[in-house]
Amino acid sequence: MTTLKTKQALPAEGHLATAPASEVRARHTPLVPSAGARRVWLTLLGWGIALLIFFPILWMVLTGFKSEAEAIADPSLIFSPTLESYIAVQARADYFKFALNSVVVAFGSTLLALVIAIPSAYAMAFLPTRRTKGTLLWMLSTKMLPPVGVLVPIYLLFRDVGLLDTRTGLVIVYTLMNLPIVVWMLYTFFKDLPRDILEAGRMDGASTLQEVLYLLLPLTLPGIASTGLLSVILSWNEAFWSLNLTSSSAAPLTAYIASFSSPEGLFWAKLSAASTMAIAPILVFGWLTQKQMVRGLTFGAVK
Amino acid sequence: MATLQLHNIVKRFEGTEVIKGVDLEVNDREFVVFVGPSGCGKSTLLRMIAGLENATSGDIMIDGKRINEVGPAERGLAMVFQSYALYPHMTVEDNMGFSLKLAGVPKEERRRKVREAASILQLEPLLERKPKALSGGQRQRVAIGRAIVRNPSIFLFDEPLSNLDAALRVQMRIELARLHEELDATMIYVTHDQIEAMTMADKIVVLQGGVVEQVGSPMELYHHPRNRFVAGFIGSPKMNFLAVERVDAGPDGVEVRLPGGETCTVPVDGSSLRDDALTLGIRPEHLELDPQGPLSGRIEVIERLGGVTSLYVRMQDTLITVSADGNVASRVGDTLRFGFERACAHLFDAEDLALPSLARHPLAGLNRQDNRASSMAGGQ
Amino acid sequence: MSKTRASGRTVGGLRSLSLQAPAVTLLLLWMLVPLGMTVWFSLQRYNLLMPGMESFAGLENYEYLFTDPALWRAMGNTLLLVGSVLVITVGGGVLLAVLFQQEFPGRGIARVLAISPFFVMPTVSALVWKNMMMHPSNGVLAWLAGVFGLPAVDWFSSLPLTSIIIIVAWQWLPFALLILLTAMQSLDEDQVEAARMDGAGPLAIFFYITLPHLKRAISVVIMIEMIFLLTVFAEIYVTTSGGPGLATTNLAFLIYIQALLDFDVGLASAGGVVAIILANIVAIFLVRLVARNLES
Repeated sequence: MTTLKTKQALPAEGHLATAPASEVRARHTPLVPSAGARRVWLTLLGWGIALLIFFPILWMVLTGFKSEAEAIADPSLIFSPTLESYIAVQARADYFKFALNSVVVAFGSTLLALVIAIPSAYAMAFLPTRRTKGTLLWMLSTKMLPPVGVLVPIYLLFRDVGLLDTRTGLVIVYTLMNLPIVVWMLYTFFKDLPRDILEAGRMDGASTLQEVLYLLLPLTLPGIASTGLLSVILSWNEAFWSLNLTSSSAAPLTAYIASFSSPEGLFWAKLSAASTMAIAPILVFGWLTQKQMVRGLTFGAVK
Repeated sequence: MATLQLHNIVKRFEGTEVIKGVDLEVNDREFVVFVGPSGCGKSTLLRMIAGLENATSGDIMIDGKRINEVGPAERGLAMVFQSYALYPHMTVEDNMGFSLKLAGVPKEERRRKVREAASILQLEPLLERKPKALSGGQRQRVAIGRAIVRNPSIFLFDEPLSNLDAALRVQMRIELARLHEELDATMIYVTHDQIEAMTMADKIVVLQGGVVEQVGSPMELYHHPRNRFVAGFIGSPKMNFLAVERVDAGPDGVEVRLPGGETCTVPVDGSSLRDDALTLGIRPEHLELDPQGPLSGRIEVIERLGGVTSLYVRMQDTLITVSADGNVASRVGDTLRFGFERACAHLFDAEDLALPSLARHPLAGLNRQDNRASSMAGGQ
Repeated sequence: MSKTRASGRTVGGLRSLSLQAPAVTLLLLWMLVPLGMTVWFSLQRYNLLMPGMESFAGLENYEYLFTDPALWRAMGNTLLLVGSVLVITVGGGVLLAVLFQQEFPGRGIARVLAISPFFVMPTVSALVWKNMMMHPSNGVLAWLAGVFGLPAVDWFSSLPLTSIIIIVAWQWLPFALLILLTAMQSLDEDQVEAARMDGAGPLAIFFYITLPHLKRAISVVIMIEMIFLLTVFAEIYVTTSGGPGLATTNLAFLIYIQALLDFDVGLASAGGVVAIILANIVAIFLVRLVARNLES
């Protein structure tokens, strides 16, 4: 009949449950069996595999410093380094044209994508509506559209409006190609910023623009920078659109390097020198942003 | 220096009503504490006052003017966030002066005002530091300093002490009370910790499920809780509740049968009482060891704090907390009898509403500014 | 305490929408216009070499496409390429991630070297492999074979698709490694130590702790690689041009041949539609995977 109860949890339960000490010490296996041997073995294996994977790049860099004769001779690490291939590549004035195209297109499209994406990511992170999640996923899905599927219409559209083989055309394509990744990455970085800070700013009288300029941008600069770098990397290395939409005047380095595939362009040392120059900056960017790159490339699914 | 009124404030998030019609009056220079369990809507209410959320309906008035559509910065309020929300890329001085900078205050004046606020909080030696280089308590003070610089008419605090360790919390509590005296400003403070509410408030607003359960001075809530929820929420350790049976009820008191079978009369007005199953509420500090007492039980756990000893006593299927003297010699397993001061007992009807006490506690009206706590707001 | 602040904010709704408008509009155009055109062209008789001869063809292009053995060959090559590269990169990626998670001197540099190929533009990696690695007389592999007294392999004539698979796998293995290594770093050390206290050896830890922890990352790697691998292009373009015969022609390359070499827009578009459908089947799973992540 009595429904006596109290909300007081029994505080003593924790005290009473003392673990039997015998279980704790029983199965402690030594954590490192034979540290020394294991370490040597690991070091050899780790470095061996790393060098094996890196070898083609290393070889390419070395070949760039060889003469053409040495380049096709039996592989050898002993040779007299020469800059003649680099000089030869530089001497072909059009190398700079391609490099310039790459720079303009990669940085131009990245800048444009950031300008378009920042307001969007800001809204998604700080003014979420019921549709925000859907919009984000839809953006991801546009990235799934295989370029070959839309190659024909884009080619024809570009032909009709005169964008074929122009840097503007390539900038447009790369901007749109990277926009979903840029929005997603910025979104995840913005979302990491405690909302309270922006609200404190609002209490302090900051307008939306001031909020973005004084608080959001300075606080997320590292994130914005790595987003930008990732976008530059992806644009710089993009080969499908650059091979199909450009021929000579707007062709970036990917297309330039591809021209070495023809038999008459088979000068390995020069190819290597040109390739080294084409990938060196991106390789460094890539090393710098590898961690954030994971976020961008997996749309935040792996952190 | 300002008053605040809330009229029938409702807030809905995607169809769910989280604030269900709140009315409230905050007087000038009053220290008001919103207290309640997680999710009771206290922070939402504060954020609506701040202007960070919009009220779905109802009026928010400062000094008699409706400010629902006024932006947060123009309301003349300042807020101290739970996470402090310091700008990590700015020095303490820039943090505190940010609002003035946005308002276009000249550099010299800005400097002067920041120094002034810094001196109140002993922050001068830290002005050049970034928040990263500050301890938790220092960050807390910077956040308060940032609010002071704005010279607001009302200060808002959103659980400002919850990230501090226990010792620092006590210290900051005292400091905040001192600050309230010194600044002579209206303050609204949100917390889930009833001790903070009891120690600092002029007026406590107890919220649950988006409804105001009771508004009143700390002593009023302690001695005259309106319902079982407030009774259980205010006071530590928590009030004990025993299911009892009505024997007789009248305007001079209600006689009930206790779990052990004995009866006793509680001095409350039972003239309109119709229920038979009632709940008796007795605070642990009002129970005492008494060989002739009407309650009996077996001690299951003893916690000795030195000055006070908490006995956890099994009475049938209920575990009762008794705050006994530090020198009590009882042991686990002892069966003891307990008595209680009848005037300190509370009786709740089947709807969990408290029956009115026949005598008001002499301290219930105690209030530093003698503002009569009224407005039993909150709809249902 | 819990703060229900992420939701609601109807005032923000309009502002939110206007701020998102540029990105959303552009992507909508980028998606719908070409997509619509591709579908439309795929129903047309349309060849750039015969201007003015366009007419509605119904499903004729699809009929032709599906009866053309080239499509099936290309599909087969595509699947073989995707499948093999996935097996190599995911399997190798997991093993390498475990390896590079161990402590050894210079680990940081070794890691950086191992993930480098991912940052190399596809045309460069294809040419380096084609010339300096796999060249039948002057390549490093031929030289190695000679050292061991084996006959040199003419990679691109005798093992064309295998060669492409090697190149593509070399590029994507670092990607898998990078993602899996990142995922590995979020593995709770306490969990591993608890398992050790329970008597788990390295193998048991790998199978019962590490692998389950990597499950999600592995599925992300598979999905994302699939999307890119379905449309491998540059590697084929600069090495074999789809040959010999159709030996290395995948779907992407087939469409390219039809569109920009044969100028048959209708047929190429039909191929494009097939590619889109194929990619979407993969994408649905990926989107769902990411959506689940968005919940938390």
